[in-house]
Parts: sequence; structure tokens; C-alpha cells
Amino acid sequence: MSELSGGGRESGVPAGWEAVIGLEVHVELATASKMFCPCPTRFGAPPNGQVCPVCLGLPGVLPVPNRQAVELAVKAALALNCRVATYSKFDRKNYFYPDMPKNYQISQYDLPLAGDGYLEIPAAEGSRKIRIRRLHLEEDTGKSMHAADDIVTARYSLVDFNRAGIPLAEIVSEPDLSTPEEARLYLEKLKAIMQYCGVSDCRMEEGSLRCDINVSVRRPGERAGTRTEVKNVNSFRAVERALAYEIWRQVQLLEAGGEVEQETRHWDEGAGRTRTLRTKEYAHDYRYFPDPDLPPLVLDPTWIEEVRRSLPELPDARRERYVRELGLPPYDAAVITASRGLAEFFEEAVSAYPQPKAVSNWVMGEVRRYLNEHGLEPEDIPVRPGHLAELLRMVERGTINTRVAKQVFGVMCETGRPAAEIVREKGLEQVSDEAFIDRAVEEAVAGNPAVVADYRKGKEKALGFLVGQVMKATRGKANPQMVNRLLRDRLGPPGPA
Amino acid sequence: MRRGELRARDLVESCLGRTASLDGVLGCFLTLDGDRALERAALIDEELARARRQSAGVGETGAHPSAPAARPDPSAGGHGILAGIPYACKDNMCTRGVTTTCGSRILEGYVPPYDATVVEQLTGTGAILLGKTNMDEFAMGSSGENSAFFPTRNPHDTTRVPGGSSSGSAAAVAAGLVPFALGSDTGGSVRQPASFCGVVGFKPTYGRVSRYGLVAFASSLDQIGPLTLTVADCALVMEVMAGHDPRDATSAQVPVPQYTAVLGRDVRGLRLGVPREYMGEGIEPGVREAVRAALGALADLGCAVEECSLPHTDYALAVYYLVAPAEASSNLARYDGVRYGLRVEGGDITAMYSRTRRRGFGPEVRRRIMLGTYALSAGYYDAYYLKAQKVRTLVRRDFEQAFARYDLLVAPTSPTVAFRLGERTDDPLSMYMADVCTIPVNLAGIPAISIPCGQSEGLPVGLQIMGPPFAEGLILQAAWAFEQATGGAPWRQEVTP
Ligand SMILES: [Zn+2]
Repeated sequence: MSELSGGGRESGVPAGWEAVIGLEVHVELATASKMFCPCPTRFGAPPNGQVCPVCLGLPGVLPVPNRQAVELAVKAALALNCRVATYSKFDRKNYFYPDMPKNYQISQYDLPLAGDGYLEIPAAEGSRKIRIRRLHLEEDTGKSMHAADDIVTARYSLVDFNRAGIPLAEIVSEPDLSTPEEARLYLEKLKAIMQYCGVSDCRMEEGSLRCDINVSVRRPGERAGTRTEVKNVNSFRAVERALAYEIWRQVQLLEAGGEVEQETRHWDEGAGRTRTLRTKEYAHDYRYFPDPDLPPLVLDPTWIEEVRRSLPELPDARRERYVRELGLPPYDAAVITASRGLAEFFEEAVSAYPQPKAVSNWVMGEVRRYLNEHGLEPEDIPVRPGHLAELLRMVERGTINTRVAKQVFGVMCETGRPAAEIVREKGLEQVSDEAFIDRAVEEAVAGNPAVVADYRKGKEKALGFLVGQVMKATRGKANPQMVNRLLRDRLGPPGPA
Repeated sequence: MRRGELRARDLVESCLGRTASLDGVLGCFLTLDGDRALERAALIDEELARARRQSAGVGETGAHPSAPAARPDPSAGGHGILAGIPYACKDNMCTRGVTTTCGSRILEGYVPPYDATVVEQLTGTGAILLGKTNMDEFAMGSSGENSAFFPTRNPHDTTRVPGGSSSGSAAAVAAGLVPFALGSDTGGSVRQPASFCGVVGFKPTYGRVSRYGLVAFASSLDQIGPLTLTVADCALVMEVMAGHDPRDATSAQVPVPQYTAVLGRDVRGLRLGVPREYMGEGIEPGVREAVRAALGALADLGCAVEECSLPHTDYALAVYYLVAPAEASSNLARYDGVRYGLRVEGGDITAMYSRTRRRGFGPEVRRRIMLGTYALSAGYYDAYYLKAQKVRTLVRRDFEQAFARYDLLVAPTSPTVAFRLGERTDDPLSMYMADVCTIPVNLAGIPAISIPCGQSEGLPVGLQIMGPPFAEGLILQAAWAFEQATGGAPWRQEVTP
């Protein structure tokens, strides 16, 4: 969430048009067991390895709501500033689908668990509130794998019911978003909040955070046009791209005098375009009705207040605290608090090495670089915060220089070993032995007469080259300040000014 | 049996023998599990013998024999209060390892991997499952003729129906094939066949007995109940089955009284209401007469018998035929040929679904699924389903108001005695009238019993005693007093098909 929108940047919305965007986000709740049965929810179990009569929907079984799921959903709702209903109910959403064991999904329809909330996203003028319409509980379905491109041409299909019955919170925004970038910022913020509360690990690659997009376009001041729905867009980048494409497609259509059809579309990541999944004529009649197997969900207001009190510090509050108490620049604070994993790593490192800006530089630089390069989530930082603190202390003490520290950090990431061990083993301690460094300086000066001549002519830059030579000769271990001083001593002031 | 005068093995063998000679005509059983029943009987006999040897040893040291446990110990097996008693179970309750078809082709050959809670409870107290009984398909029907396999016949007159849908269970008890059987009652399916077959049938308060493992017809109405020869047997089986089940979210957390202990209590002074809507037009004169005589007997016992009114009774049938099919349409959606049971291949998944369901479901089930689907459809929901639920509340309120003045309500169980096979099969509406006296009880969720109270045209007539929620004990108390006063039911011995 580095760049803010506006300021002449390409917004993803063609000039003369506005986009109206709403997101429906499915968040997998971090429960130990499924929504209505005791089956575990671990990711990556062998197909149909986490099923029982209940989540398989066998004849005669009954659902029993998972308390932990309700509590996590209430937490999520409170963190999103929602009003939590003391009376909600479960409904059946009826439709036939091969990977849905009961051919209905238990969800919440007209009386959801929570609603009327908002979250704030960064905007050019500070921040912008995006309203949340509702948050409700539901169960996930299984997953079909077709022996062809799709269900119609497949010779056969296999179904894995491990996901069937996994608890989900569906969070529906009001159509308050107006650019693809805002949509991404909203999702990033939502993810951070969910992670902070421990509601979900939000691993998009494992499907624990999924997004459906509703989008329409209009001329400024006009009523919103016909909207389309893009299903299952499962990365931040894909959300931005799918939206940009869909907005462009709708504008093209309208500018050519055509009409946007109300339909459900699918984002094809490979082709970089959306395509029709089903049109309005095939819209489902879900025949919602209250699930007679489940009594209404009645929550005690005092319990809701208890949950509210148990909420941890949320990203916005933490960002402000970093600026206020740790003196971090607002930009650093925003980047670090955008992810619970990063923020926690940062705080632990700061408590072991109380120089916030120095730690922040490392987290924003080396740590994030490593995560990006290896496609890792902040929760998966392979280095312990205490080890980073130790590394920074070694730099401060002059045991190693910053350059070496970056190399050591790489090794720490690969091996998980502490810095001191690596430095000792590889003999990377910074050398401050003046005689030893001076010998290297002498060799560098002797070996590069042309550069020395340049320096003497006034080319300050030439000094940098000579420093580099010395560092190279000492395998990067020489104390850089000492190298500088000894070089200047030997060369004298840069040439006749 | 505890004293060793009768062996479980002998009892099971005698039941199997009687079944072998009579069931060819009666058609009570869909599945017999004789071998396993005999094995289990042998085990229980061994256990009982060992227990006798031990208690004999204890007796010599002067300890007094302990009183039977107030509540059955589910782990007791041979020591439980039903040790060695064979029983039959309606084929819509799941039995691990034993075929469960619901009387439907769509589940032909389906073997559940788990036991219904009631089956677990009975097994835990030593009861021995003899087999699964015939029923109207998915419990939809009032005559026993809607089984996909073969009809059941009334043991009193084999040209007549046994009533439904727990047809096989009622007929099996009436014919002496088993000492007791389980049925399920959605609109009268335990009480009405009990009435037709001259046995005791009990429908407990909704939530009193766990529905876990009962293949759902209409979840908000279904309740499992026992069919027995005497009220005392009914109380004993109820004691075993009643109580909270954490696997059923609609299961009530209300303590279970010791039903067998209330049987001898005096009924003098009980206020009995006789709703005039249950005694008017449509009730056969012979039935009305038998019920009048029964009311006289109750008055002789010292009960205050008075006419009262349940003004919304007329709407109950209509409400039932919206609510029950609506829930059934959703509950039965899982039978689609994807995971278990019948599959009829089709060109694509939709064709497979519809061919499977067309072939697998009988006409009555299809009729009700279509009715229910229509009632839940967008645009009709408010007019039908929602309206029906509102009227259901009025029906329930009728009972609440009546129970403010009366301890119990008394009425006929069925407007007629058992009708002839085939007599009503072409006229669904006249068939639906068979449950007109029992349906309001299911809509209100209250408990009710049917006990034999006389004869008309030489066929049994049932007396229905209804009570407020969780008044099972009081109902059994009144039923027992009536049964004793009328000297048991002599017509039961006449059963010889
Ligand atoms: Zn499960």
C-alpha cells in the first residue's frame, strides 16, 4: 500500500467515466474444526481425508454450530466497526452442485450476524471510509476436479470434500470503491485487520481469502449502469487487473453504443481478461428459507462486549502509535502495520534492539526484499526478530559493516542460524587493524595510478573507486570509515581546486 | 431374563421364527439382521449369566441386591434395562452396517457408516436390533402403500392398510414379531398406524428425542417415537431415548424424568379438554363412539372432562402441506446420484441429476418435492411458506391457550379405522385426511400418544392424548391409568393374519 491514488496517476478508469465497485470477500475463519462438525480444517490433507458423515451430508446427519466460528466472526465484525446482531439465523441456500454434499449451503440471508460497518483506506487527503454492508457466516463447499477443461466435456470428475463445511465469513462492502487501486487497498486493509484479530490467516494462495467483484461504470453525475459480477479473483494483483479490464470492457461497449449485460463473469488470469460464466437468464432461484435444523443464533450483548474488549490493537491504531511513540515516519509505519506478521516481527526486533528507525529500515528493505523474492508471507519470515536485533547490534558495535550484514542476513534467511555464528564461522568480522588496512590502501594507490591522478585533478568520485578496491582486497571486512581516512591521509586533499 | 428364566437367544429366535411365518403376508420388514441379532443375543446371555454369578457371590456376603439404575447406562450393554430385548427400527433411521433405504429406490442398498443416536442409546442398554421396517417412501404417506418395495398389511385384517408411514413398525408390534419398534412422526406417522394396528404409539415433544441419524423428511416436524404393546413398555423405551444430544442443535436441554416411575400415580382431578374440532364432521361414527366411551372411562377415573376449542384446527392441514413439502424439497435435494445410492447416467450432470431423481423417487415424493419447491420459489415464498409459518404460530397458540385451562387434551387419533388397501391410492387428498387429527400436534411441537380404546367395524380405534411441551410423564400417567381401567386391550390377542 505504498502509493496513494490521485495525482495524475493512471487510475484504471478511462477519462470521462466513473466506476462503481463493491467487493464480496470470503474469509476462511481460523477455527480448529469445521462450521458444523468436528472435522479438522488443516490445509493440504489428502483428498477426502478430513470428512465425516456431517460434512459429507449423509442421510440423517445434523449440523451443530461451531462456537469458535461464531466468536471469530463477531471479532471480525467488531474490528470492522459493524453492529453485531443479538438475533440472527441460519438459512439454506438451495442449488444443485456436485461438490455441495447437501445440495444446499447453510448461510445467513435476511438476518446476518453483523452489518453497518466500515474500514478506512489510505487516500490522497488522509483516509477514506468504505462502508461494510453486512458480514455473515456460511459453510464452504467441496472442490471438483474435472478430467477435462470443464464439467460438461469431462469424462469424469472427482470431488474432494475437505473444504466442505469450512467456516467462512462473507464480508460485503457497499459500492463505495471507485478505482481498481482503491479495491486493492480495501482488500489489503481487510486482510490486515483479519490477521490482526486472529480471525483468519488470509492466505490467498490457499483460498482462505477469496474475492468476488461487482462493478459498473457511468458518466459522472449519471446513475450507475448495469453491473457485472466477477467471481473468485484470488490475488491482490488479479483484483486490480480484473477490475481494470472489466471497467475498460464496459466503457468500450458503452462508447460503441452497446449495452452491458447483467451477468456473472470469470477472471482468466492467463489470458488477462474476463469471460462470461452465466448470464441473467440462468440466474439461480436459491429458495432461501430458515434452516429448520438450526435454532436462531442468539448472542448475549455482554458477551459481545467481552469480545470487543478482547480485540487486539488494530492496524490504524498501531500505525499511529508507531509514529507517536517510536518516532517512525508515517510512511514506514503504514508499510509495517499493513501486515500483522511484519508488525509483530518489527516490534519484537525493536524490543531487543530499541532503535525503531534502524529496525524499520531493515524490515522495509532487506526483510521485504527477501519475502518478495521468495514469494513468502510476512508470517513466514525465516529469521527470528531477536536474530535481526543481534545483527544490528553487531553493525552498531562495528563488528561487521552494513555490507557484510546484508550478506549475513541472506545466510540467516537460508539457514535460520544466528548472525554471530555465521560471522564467526565465515570470518566476516570487520577489520579495524590500521596496519593491515593501510597495506591494502597502499596497494590500491600503487596499482591504480590513473585513478589517483584523476583524484588529484579534483575528481572526488575517484576516491569511491579506490575504497571499493580496498574493500575488495579485504573481502569487504575492512572498516569503511578507516579505509576512507587512510586513503585521504595517503592521497592528501583532492587536487588543485 | 435377569433371573435367567428366559434367554435373549430364545427370545430373538422366537421373534425370528414368528417373522418367518407371518412376514411373507404382512410385509413388515425391509431388512432382517437375524444373524447379527443372534450373535448379540448370545453375548448378552453370557454377560447376564456372569452378572448373576457375581451377584450370587455378593449375596452370600450379606449385601442387598442393588436397585435398578434410575437412568440407563449407555455402556451397560448386557446390564442395561433393555438387555436382550429385540426390537425393530423404521428404515429411515441410520444403522451402521445395516441397509437403510427410507423405503425408496433412490437409497436401495445404501449402508450408513454410523448409527442414529436412538439406535446407539438402545444398543447401549442391551436392546437387539432385529431388522429395519417397511415404510411409506421417505415417511410420506398414511397407509404403508407408498413403499417403493411392497406394501405392509394390517395384522387385524390383511386386506386393510396398517396406516403410515411407520407401517412396518406398527404392524410388527401388533403381530407380535417384536416387543417394540421405533417409528418417526412428522404428521402422525407413529400415532396413526398405532391407531390402525391397535398398539401404543408415542410422539414426544419436538427436541425431546435426538433426531441425529433420522433421515429427514420435514426437519421442524419430525420426531422419533416408540411403538409398543403397552404404556409401560412405551415409558421404558422413552426413558432410554429421551434427553439432550449434543449432535442435534434442536435437541432440548431439559432433564428427563423417570417415566416408568410416574405410571401408578393417581389421575383424579386431571382436567381434560376435548377439542370439538376433533369430534365433528369427518370423524366416523364408530370412531366417535369409541372415543366417547373412552372419555367416560376417564371421567370414571376422576378426571374432569370438558369440551374445548382449538379454533385454527381447520388450517392445520393446509399449513402442513406447505411447510412439510418445503422442508422436504430441500432435505431430499442431496439424493442426486453423485455420492451414494442410485445413479442413472445422463449426457451431462443436469441430465444425470434429473434422471436419477425421476427414477429414484416415487410419485408421492415427487409430488411433494414439486409442491415444496414451488412454495419456496422467489415470488411465492411470502404468499405460501411465510404465510404458512404465521398460521402455524396461530395453531401453536391455540394449544398454549388450551393448556392454560387443561392439563391434557383428548381426541381421536384418526378420523377412521384402517381402510382397505388401494382404496385411497388414486386420491391423494383423501389420503391426506388420514392425518388430520395428528398434524396439529406436530405443527405445535407438543407430545401426544395414541392408545387403543375400542373397536369399530371390528378394527382398532385409537385414543389420542396430547400434552404441553415436555409433559410426556403426565401423558403416560393418564394413558397407563386408562389402559389399566379398561383391562388392557383384549382385541390385541385376536391378531392372527
Ligand atoms: Zn465433518
